[in-house]
Amino acid sequence: MHPIRKQRLFVVLFIVVGSSLAAFFIISALKQNLNLFYEPSRVANGEAPIDRQIRVGGMVAEGSLIRQTNSLAVNFIITDFAANVAVEYTGILPDMFAENAGTVVTGFLSESGTFFAEQVLAKHDENYMPPEVSAALDSAKQSATQLNN
Amino acid sequence: MIPEIGHFALLLCLPLALVMAIVPLIGVAAKNSVWMRFASRLAVMQWLLLFFSFLALSYSFYIDDFSVKLVTLHSNTALPWYFKLSAVWGNHEGSLLLWVLILASWTLAVAVASNSIPLAMKTRVLSVLAMISVGFLAFIIFTSNPFERSLLMTPSEGNDLNPLLQDIGLIIHPPMLYIGYVGFSVAFAFAIAALLEGRFDANWARWTRPWTNVAWAFLTVGIALGSWWAYYELGWGGWWFWDPVENASLMPWLAGAALVHSLSATEKRGVFKSWTILLALLAFSLSLLGTFLVRSGILVSVHAFASDPERGLFILAFLFLVIGGSLLLYALRAPVMKGGTAFALISRENFLLINNVLFSISLTVVLLGTLFPLISTALDLGSYSVGAPYFNAMFAPLGLLTVFIMGFAPFITWQKFKLFKHQSIQWALCFLMALLLSVLLIHTLSQQFSVNFNVFAFVVSSLCLWLILNTLQHFFFRLKQGGRFFHSFSQLSLSYYGMVIAHIGLAVMVLGIGITSIYESQKDVRMAVNDSVSINAYRYQLSGISSVTASNYDATRASVDVYHRAKGESSRLITTLYPEKRFYRASRNMMTEAGIDASLTRDLYVALGEQLEPGVWAVRVHVKPFVRCIWLGAVFIALGAILATFDKRYKRSNSVRSEPALASPPNH
Amino acid sequence: MSSRFKLFIPLIIFTVIAAVFFRLESRIVSGEYDPSLLPSALIGHPVPEFSLASLSTNRQLTSSDLPKQAYIINVWASWCISCRVEHSYLNALSQKGIKIIGLNYKDRPVDALQWLERLGNPYLFNLSDINGQLGLDLGVYGAPENYIVGADGIIRYRHVGILDDKVWRDKIAPLGLLW
Repeated sequence: MHPIRKQRLFVVLFIVVGSSLAAFFIISALKQNLNLFYEPSRVANGEAPIDRQIRVGGMVAEGSLIRQTNSLAVNFIITDFAANVAVEYTGILPDMFAENAGTVVTGFLSESGTFFAEQVLAKHDENYMPPEVSAALDSAKQSATQLNN
Repeated sequence: MIPEIGHFALLLCLPLALVMAIVPLIGVAAKNSVWMRFASRLAVMQWLLLFFSFLALSYSFYIDDFSVKLVTLHSNTALPWYFKLSAVWGNHEGSLLLWVLILASWTLAVAVASNSIPLAMKTRVLSVLAMISVGFLAFIIFTSNPFERSLLMTPSEGNDLNPLLQDIGLIIHPPMLYIGYVGFSVAFAFAIAALLEGRFDANWARWTRPWTNVAWAFLTVGIALGSWWAYYELGWGGWWFWDPVENASLMPWLAGAALVHSLSATEKRGVFKSWTILLALLAFSLSLLGTFLVRSGILVSVHAFASDPERGLFILAFLFLVIGGSLLLYALRAPVMKGGTAFALISRENFLLINNVLFSISLTVVLLGTLFPLISTALDLGSYSVGAPYFNAMFAPLGLLTVFIMGFAPFITWQKFKLFKHQSIQWALCFLMALLLSVLLIHTLSQQFSVNFNVFAFVVSSLCLWLILNTLQHFFFRLKQGGRFFHSFSQLSLSYYGMVIAHIGLAVMVLGIGITSIYESQKDVRMAVNDSVSINAYRYQLSGISSVTASNYDATRASVDVYHRAKGESSRLITTLYPEKRFYRASRNMMTEAGIDASLTRDLYVALGEQLEPGVWAVRVHVKPFVRCIWLGAVFIALGAILATFDKRYKRSNSVRSEPALASPPNH
Repeated sequence: MSSRFKLFIPLIIFTVIAAVFFRLESRIVSGEYDPSLLPSALIGHPVPEFSLASLSTNRQLTSSDLPKQAYIINVWASWCISCRVEHSYLNALSQKGIKIIGLNYKDRPVDALQWLERLGNPYLFNLSDINGQLGLDLGVYGAPENYIVGADGIIRYRHVGILDDKVWRDKIAPLGLLW
């Protein structure tokens, strides 16, 4: 084969094989690491899977934050005012974490319905609200009003 | 009065830039050199006006002129002068002004430093830069005026600068990052000029290279500073979060890394021309994308500015015009045939190609991971987030593969590489030595930190040492070739030195990332005074808690003694750390200030969580081996890129020379 | 595949990405999707019932004290510097006869009264929401915030951040309320 043709063939082959391999790996890694967001109402409805990492967000219910006295374990309840999810977490809570404030937790839902959080995020300034939380509160409030009417 | 004059100077720049974008181009078309030369003069004027405008804004911040709305919202009298200065660009409007000032500075640099480039080419480049300037000036003037007054009443005190941003790292991080981002506009302008002119020769690549190198070096430093800042200021010991805004700065960096290398192939061998042009367009487009993401309100991030959607639409439209327009021009005008000569399977051309493929894949990984949540939201597929494990899982193999291949890179010759027997023996020896040193390194680490020998850490350190040793081997091989030792030191070109330093820098950085990620340990504990916690060979003891008051915050400060006990030795006190929990009065924000003892081989890190009950605190402690290598490596990389810029062959007197033998064949 | 066609691939990919951004951005502009703010769940609903102390008198104020024409509920506090920037505009509004109810949010009454004395009082009356109770019901996340209420007592619009002429022109005037 002509050297330039051969070279071009190699280049094309290399790019095709390389990019399809890369595409395969990218897609499989992406699939494993996508965390879908669930509102507390949907968790209560049993819509959330229990075997994979998910995110749940809402407001930290007033008076629900309980600390263990001998460790850093905390329990609190996330609510969208329509349903509650009990959360257990061990570690340091972010600076802005508080009752009556928005939060998003990442972790796993257990069979018993308790959510074991691996990461807790809180709004980082006065005006910040994770978009999903606002949407969750929004739809929960709407359905609550519909029920009342 | 000063703010009005500053505003006026800013307004004046817009018609100036418009003229600069149009008139010189007409001059090129009409072959009128007077009109063409006009561009350089306008570039100087634009810079002077913008510099003055920026000074005016800084002055308003400096004297606490609270009649200017921006000053009231982002600064106050209690701030020390250097934070007042950084407050100028710690907000949307001010940072945008800095952005155009930097653009004007790059334009000025091109106008002044490229007298040797053919006038038509230089004029086109300047005009393209002016077009970008027009867009951004219009953006500032119509949507984000930094000089707006709050006319009816002047407050006597201002809001605070976000405490997160009250930090020395943040004074220099944004300017560095912007210099890098905006610097790619020069490569972009050169690419557009080449597309307009239809000329893609080695000269084009040689003119573009130094600008690209400098921009890329600044971007490297900017990103490293950002990571360093996140490490000690966000408080929790992470140095990279795969946050969308971080990713937005990483993408142009990856494109830039590919561009720096493919430019060398285009310059030396005249190959990969259309690919190189595409990368030049891409690097700047990704910089613009980053600017857009930070300001559009699409993302929520620590780094994002408060935004209004109108601005988002404006910048999106501008983005579409610039990127879409340039890609269309590219599609219509880029050279179709791959020019140049044949090269063998194993040749430097192909190695550079592999480099480009690896960087492009990394770029795609980041792009997909960053955009996927946005795409799923736009298409109503649900609200997803992409976890850090995705990026880590992709970058670990990509990075290691890159490091392995880079070990061979300097040896491979252009066109065709002939493997001599002694060469393969030397490589094998080098590899063995790397393995040996790696065993030694990991073993010492395990002793020092009382951790187990980790096979993956061994693999990472072997590969990094292989890259370092092989690069050094090539360096000494070149020195020996040059004959007399000291004589040959000066014989080697600066771009060669640059390559050696940058490649070693990457090895150091990957080593740092690998060792830190594998061997770092962290504990969150509940501590009262005199409680202690052990983490590997280190013991942290909370020895006291006190209150501190500063001009703009109150803080609780803990003192934590750290003891170390290596295997078979007795425990000894190394240092005392003072982590703080700060409450900023003006903005009523809580901030965590970590206590860090840094050294090349390990960082000891303590951060205060919340107060659990009187005298009892949640405390996070870290031991992070080799974490400093990450930033040290980045500094090496930047240094290498800068060194290469000062290579003799980019000097003015040499830069116009006759077409090399490898001129491209005609397109048709 | 023709060689020239290949060169269009980057343009095509870019166009797709740009389309996604346009869709997102236009959803943000239309208020359908807002990544950073809580669109108050109360828009389209009446102002929640409350019973709070007045800031300046000792009277207890309730929902029945609210005006029977369009008005603004302005959330402010003396610790909020942005509120200071906003205050002069509020003064101007009240001069024009627009009714503004203050919600003094998580503030010390002493500081708040001092502020009004110094900077002028544009408010019809002020509710003292020391522990943020009404703020919570309204979904307040900081100060300043403004709730635009129609004559029928229904919340029409919420503006987070400083109320100024631009916001008035672009967002509030188009609501077509009778002031």
